[in-house]
Amino acid sequence: MKFSEKWLREWVNPAISTEQLSEQLSMAGLEVDGVEAVAPEFSGVVVGEVVECGQHPDADKLRVTKVNVGGEALLDIVCGAPNCRLGLKVAVAVVGAVLPGDFKIKKAKLRGQPSHGMLCSASELGLSEDHDGIIELPLDAPIGQDIREYLQLDDVTIEVDLTPNRADCLGIKGLAREVGVLNELPVSNVVIAPVAEQIEQQRSIVLQAPKACPRYLGRVIENVDMQAKTPTWMKERLRRSGVRSIDPVVDVTNYVLLELGHPMHAFDNDVLQGEVQVRLAKDKEKLVLLDGQEVELADNTLVIADEHKALAMAGIFGGEHSGVTAQTKHIFLESAFFSPDAIKGRARQYGLHTDASHRYERGVDPKLQRDAMERATALLLDIVGGQPGPVVEAVSEADLPAERQVTLKRANLDRLIGIQIDTDKVTDIFQRLGLNVQTGQDSWTVDVPSYRFDIAIAEDLIEEVARVYGYHNIPPAAPSASLQMSKHQERITPLMLMKQRLVSLGFQEAITYSFVDPKVQKSLYPTLDALELPHPISVDMSSMRLSLWPGLLQAVSYNQKRQQSQVALFETGLRFLPDANEAAGVSQQAVIGGVLAGVRQTEHWDMTTAAVDFFDIKAAVEALIATTAAVDEFSFKAVEHSALHPGQAAALYRNGKQVGLLGAVHPQFEKELKLNGRTYVFELELDALSERRIPQAKEISRYPANRRDIALLVKDSHTVADILACIEKFGGNQLVGLNLFDLYRGKGIAEGHKSLAISLTLQDPARTLEEHEIQAVVERILAALSEQFEASLRD
Amino acid sequence: MDLEAISKEAAELVANATDMVELDKVRVEFLGKKGKLTELLKGLGKLSAEERPAAGEQINKAKQGIQQLIHARSELLRRQELDAKLAQESVDVTLPGRGKATGGLHPVSRTIERIESFFAELGFSVKHGPEIEDAFHNFDALNIPADHPARANHDTFYFNPNLMLRTQTSGVQIRTMEAQKPPIRIISPGRVYRNDYDQTHTPMFHQVEGLMVDKNVSFADLKGILSDFVRNFFEEDLEVRFRPSYFPFTEPSAEMDVRTSSGKWLEVLGCGMVHPNVLRAVNIDPEVYTGFAFGMGIERLTMRRYEVNDLRAFFENDLRFLKQFN
Repeated sequence: MKFSEKWLREWVNPAISTEQLSEQLSMAGLEVDGVEAVAPEFSGVVVGEVVECGQHPDADKLRVTKVNVGGEALLDIVCGAPNCRLGLKVAVAVVGAVLPGDFKIKKAKLRGQPSHGMLCSASELGLSEDHDGIIELPLDAPIGQDIREYLQLDDVTIEVDLTPNRADCLGIKGLAREVGVLNELPVSNVVIAPVAEQIEQQRSIVLQAPKACPRYLGRVIENVDMQAKTPTWMKERLRRSGVRSIDPVVDVTNYVLLELGHPMHAFDNDVLQGEVQVRLAKDKEKLVLLDGQEVELADNTLVIADEHKALAMAGIFGGEHSGVTAQTKHIFLESAFFSPDAIKGRARQYGLHTDASHRYERGVDPKLQRDAMERATALLLDIVGGQPGPVVEAVSEADLPAERQVTLKRANLDRLIGIQIDTDKVTDIFQRLGLNVQTGQDSWTVDVPSYRFDIAIAEDLIEEVARVYGYHNIPPAAPSASLQMSKHQERITPLMLMKQRLVSLGFQEAITYSFVDPKVQKSLYPTLDALELPHPISVDMSSMRLSLWPGLLQAVSYNQKRQQSQVALFETGLRFLPDANEAAGVSQQAVIGGVLAGVRQTEHWDMTTAAVDFFDIKAAVEALIATTAAVDEFSFKAVEHSALHPGQAAALYRNGKQVGLLGAVHPQFEKELKLNGRTYVFELELDALSERRIPQAKEISRYPANRRDIALLVKDSHTVADILACIEKFGGNQLVGLNLFDLYRGKGIAEGHKSLAISLTLQDPARTLEEHEIQAVVERILAALSEQFEASLRD
Repeated sequence: MDLEAISKEAAELVANATDMVELDKVRVEFLGKKGKLTELLKGLGKLSAEERPAAGEQINKAKQGIQQLIHARSELLRRQELDAKLAQESVDVTLPGRGKATGGLHPVSRTIERIESFFAELGFSVKHGPEIEDAFHNFDALNIPADHPARANHDTFYFNPNLMLRTQTSGVQIRTMEAQKPPIRIISPGRVYRNDYDQTHTPMFHQVEGLMVDKNVSFADLKGILSDFVRNFFEEDLEVRFRPSYFPFTEPSAEMDVRTSSGKWLEVLGCGMVHPNVLRAVNIDPEVYTGFAFGMGIERLTMRRYEVNDLRAFFENDLRFLKQFN
């Protein structure tokens, strides 16, 4: 909410600066978002009166005037504004004046006529964007007075960002009350006296939904003059509160909204037929709103209707058909209390948010309707004249918010705040807040005023005490708790350990969005239906990721476009897989994924570099597996996957269950994903990976180990994993080491075959192995390899 | 040839020997089986028994003298040889080492890691939860019923009215309190989502929320722990202030600001005492227990800590940006 400081100070005027006031409001929970001067710097502008106004002899659009600014002589001023006329009170920039933008007023001649000053428009003084001619001041404006003084322009607009609980401060009256509490000052109210009826015209009001609207006041005012102009002072206050001036009736209702925090509405009384009904809309009932938009109402929406149709969305927005226009003669003025429950969420339901709905859904004082009605009537009569009818009030007392009493126990106050505040001080705070308080034995019982919707329980009172006492006056303390060690599990691999392994391998951690481009995702995962965001930021951020790959691959492309020749990224996070068994229809799995592209390492003075390949990404996966200390539980198998190269794709298994994938991105996607060269990816399920084996140390043999190398010839179709598994099986307990140290295909090896050079390390825990024993093991292995793989020793 | 001349000659030859081979030749020439001194020794037999001891002693003395010279020369030559070899093997120690450069953690992870360690010291354990959340855990249990104005402030990404991307990690607190009785001390870091994208907002960002529920936990405690936290986080004796605010799930509520070097207050986190309705919703008796909760935006803290100017940099994953944090 924006308000004028001067306006507030008419209600309560603490002896503190604007800055201090802002600080004080912020520290009381009414956060000041901005303080802005209501007018830019300018000087030398005074109130003047046009005492002569004639046509310029040489220019159709200019007028030659004589203006009285209270000096010895009248000023000759040439003016181009269409509304410049005899008798007008105007804002005159005299010679020597400096207008905003450092625009200096000097003596001049315009088309041969002398001009000793300028008649100013609101925009020329930086007061508005309004270019509709020069400012027209009230006729009683004192000639010669500085315009800054006359319009009180040395004022600021303060914007407070009010939290939803403080609807009571959505008006000058409430803000003043708060400032009064904080400064221990009395607050002056505007005098609101009942306006006597001058005519009998009235409309009966029927509360058909008394829970939603327990109080509705209406009044007919006849013969209003819609040609009348809103006075400058009111326009200025509206402007400083960020509200545009529309017409006198709307301006007055807005003024009351700003002053008392109470929304009002005015209807064209001639359009209304019969009684006014406050009722829920019929399902799909139609209403054209003031902005011309037609809405189809839902039956949870409260409307103001006459006997035939809905006229306005209660507490939210008026209707076009029944609105006040320049032709309106008689108006029907509404001042009502709508229950927050009846308004909450309704505006949003129609994509609306208005000053009225903002207040009603947070809570408008249910005792303020008559004041608002009388205040608006008085203001209207001053501006547009007319004869008021009687105020008709329909009320359902039982449905009005109940009077609330809340009790606060001293023990609870002390416990929650952490310090003891004197009983008198607490009582005083309640009293200053306008809460009628009874002090009991170690407790306070307060009557909650009707405007404080936010006070319902003892904790709400504690907040009020703490807030007014000052959060800064509560000294910080150190919490005490029993020193109980929490549960730690060594058999769960810390995620940080896995991350650090990848970091050691040169991977950089990335964080990509959880929503990705559905087109990319559909290419990589044509058979999976990702969860889509119905209202995304943009189409390319609309599909919940099925894996980390789309985001990581996009990051690869982003970096390659920026001349990065080596990209190694990893990420951890959730992927969202459709799963009918899950409550939300989606399973949210924690995964760790990575991507490699470009060169294995940057060029080095003593190492050759090459493009990364499958075995680089596999090394990353192996490093992660190693953190489990249970490498033997894992196996890799060739796999087919829509996103991966058919010859370079593997699935990772742990104890027979697939827990991850790795491989080269299928080359067919390189162009679509804007990848430069082969790109390798992996993704592993963290849950499956996180179980770690607690080490169980074995004794180290004190006897010598014996190495025997064998060179095997086998068909290409046999995997190394199968061959090594066979060796391990037949090697028995004495085989303590097994390493493939060379792989060769080509010259000297038959087509479709490969040569494997394998070292075997044999050792016994209890004695030195004899040569014949070693030979026996090697032969046993060779026999098994020959039988199972037709493997032969290479000559 | 007299002994003196032999000694002199030997000394000269030893001194001139430039390598071990040459030196060995000198040794053989004088001390070998047929060496000059050996021959002299052999000649002792010709002397009388009276002369023999003195002459023998002299020859032996000369022999020892030559041996010492040879030894010293050999030590010198060996050292010189080693020096030459070492000189040849010397490297430019400023050349880069062999092997791969290491990578690094994302700055957001780094911040989360630091925060986790601060609170772990005080016995807060780390909890995680789902990011697609139901209305109960994201709103209802937090005292934000449907149609509450606070829901409108959240710019929620809904899948349907009951299912959404979480707007805060508070759901984790609810799940923890559902599963565990006080005393409770947890923090929950993670991704959260709001439908907002501009210079200062990204539709996804990270929060760390904290919760402590125990007997006699007070607002003064909350102030203490959070003041300690920011001062540790920024490693500066920052001026902090607590400003009343409003969150449906805490009462009283506050926002914590720190005074920046420019003198302006910067909002760093929201906090408050857990609302009794929230405790009741998870069957914790608010008459027995009290608690505080707080929540902070990680990117904002990280930006201030490491002088990052553009929030969006966190999610572009530009290696040139990321490597600055290695």
